[in-house]
Amino acid sequence: MSDIFEVRWHGRGGQGAKTAALLFGDAIMSTGKYFQAFPEYGPERMGAPVQAFNRSSAEPITMHCGIKEPKVVVILDPTLMETQPVTEGLKADGIILVNTNASADSLRKKLNLKNQKICTVDASGISRELLGKELPNTPMLGALVRVTDVIGIDDLIKFVEKTLGKKFKGKPEVIKGNIDSIRRAYNEVKVTDGGGK
Amino acid sequence: MPRRALTGNEAMAEAMRQINPDVVAAYPITPATEIVQIFASFVSDGLVTTQFIPVESEHSAISACVGASAAGARVMTGTSSQGLALMHEVLYQAAGLRAPIVICEVNRSLSAPINIHCDHSDTMGSKEAGWIQIYAEDSQDAYDSVIQAIRIAETVFLPTMVSTDGFIISHCMQGVEILEDKQVQDFIGPHRSAYSLFGGAPITVGPLDLQDYYFEHRRQLMEAMNTSLTTLDAVNKEFKQKFGRGYDIIEEYKTEDADHIVMAMGSTCGTAKVAIDKMRAKGVKVGLIKLHVFRPFPHEQLKKALSKAKFVTVLDRSDTASSMGGPIFVETRAALYDQMPKILFADYIYGLGGRDIDIEEIATVIEKGEKMKLQGKVEKPLDYIGLRE
Repeated sequence: MSDIFEVRWHGRGGQGAKTAALLFGDAIMSTGKYFQAFPEYGPERMGAPVQAFNRSSAEPITMHCGIKEPKVVVILDPTLMETQPVTEGLKADGIILVNTNASADSLRKKLNLKNQKICTVDASGISRELLGKELPNTPMLGALVRVTDVIGIDDLIKFVEKTLGKKFKGKPEVIKGNIDSIRRAYNEVKVTDGGGK
Repeated sequence: MPRRALTGNEAMAEAMRQINPDVVAAYPITPATEIVQIFASFVSDGLVTTQFIPVESEHSAISACVGASAAGARVMTGTSSQGLALMHEVLYQAAGLRAPIVICEVNRSLSAPINIHCDHSDTMGSKEAGWIQIYAEDSQDAYDSVIQAIRIAETVFLPTMVSTDGFIISHCMQGVEILEDKQVQDFIGPHRSAYSLFGGAPITVGPLDLQDYYFEHRRQLMEAMNTSLTTLDAVNKEFKQKFGRGYDIIEEYKTEDADHIVMAMGSTCGTAKVAIDKMRAKGVKVGLIKLHVFRPFPHEQLKKALSKAKFVTVLDRSDTASSMGGPIFVETRAALYDQMPKILFADYIYGLGGRDIDIEEIATVIEKGEKMKLQGKVEKPLDYIGLRE
């Protein structure tokens, strides 16, 4: 069995956690790798905490169990850190990526993290500025690509351009806004290693 | 072959689009709703020429399907759980009338308590109805099996259901290799029925059949079910030869030198393969039999595949309320009853109402089985995985 890379997304119903996982999975496939993308199985309610998951591997993936020990946790809504067990099962050498302006040190204390890498980016701010609304999921994809090595930023941009190109044919500004927000989050994400701290 | 990112439901809907059935009558139910919802959009977008009949219940859906099938149409529908249960009486009529209807089914538990998640109780509730039952492991399997099901149903004139595990597969996106529309049409060929109300000479469908002939007609139905294994095998071989992939009636994974066999159906087979790799790395000679077809029950194939086994661990995702274990266990043990030397069996009911089953849990029951194999006796023939007691 080759290495399987696992991601857990935390968001609120309507924020696009599921869509982000599906897009990320599809983008992984566009590079020739194998993937799974699935939402937390349950009733969907606007604003309620939701989870979505990704698996990625160079080899076909046969397992269909839930993801309990993700390598990466992505948090679309920072208020979820107050109420949800967002770090549950996160690998000791894992990565946590949060849509926030808060500092890595304050997050390390709040979440009681040890050696995990903490990455922060103001995806909400970026999406408000470039997309005109609160849609943090697309910029978070850019940040996720930066802090992991599953696919390259060019792979992601190429894929999103193609996918949105079909969906928003008459709205080039939507496509540009999304691509710009991905690049911006890719460039702005702050990475803090936990080693020895 | 192009790969597309599709969920199990999307893959089944895509197969339906390429099949382009004459009639689809359906009623929505979680987690199968998307299948007919997506298909309905294919109809309204003019991508298929199907007559779509939105009905007020599953009972009406399958009734309309039987009527359309008797009229000589190629007919499909989709459902799950309570929906399949509501179809129950008409499922027997479809089989008895030899109507080659294909259902895209999504496995979900039955109420009460109400639950929308996966187990195999719904399709197991209709295992005696005279329908061929195919259990897909993933979206690719579901897509390919739906296409094969049309050929199978219309060759042996038996209705056929292909099912996926609710949410686990129905809502999980993965890469699926999609055939060209023409390849699908060429493979399924023109529709075939045993008879048609519009076939020329007037006929009566479903008349009264009392002590004089009912028994013979049921016997014919059972004979058709038994002999359909040959067709299932032939259709799969042709599919494999044409498209490079296929699904044997029972798939054997690392069984060549195995004296301990795990048996399962559906998505758990994929997880079990990883558990088996893990145990093999520790030197345990264990393999997997994935039961791809539960009806007809492939007893002869199983006898052969289990001929070298000393211990069989069965994973059942439904119960029979008989306190004798799940349906795979009961039927496999019955099929192997005469086998000498005797094989030891342990059954585990797992995953009811969608409870997760992971690699470690499967590895643990394999270890338990190894111990029982050495001791030469089964402590508890029926046990549970992941259950609080």
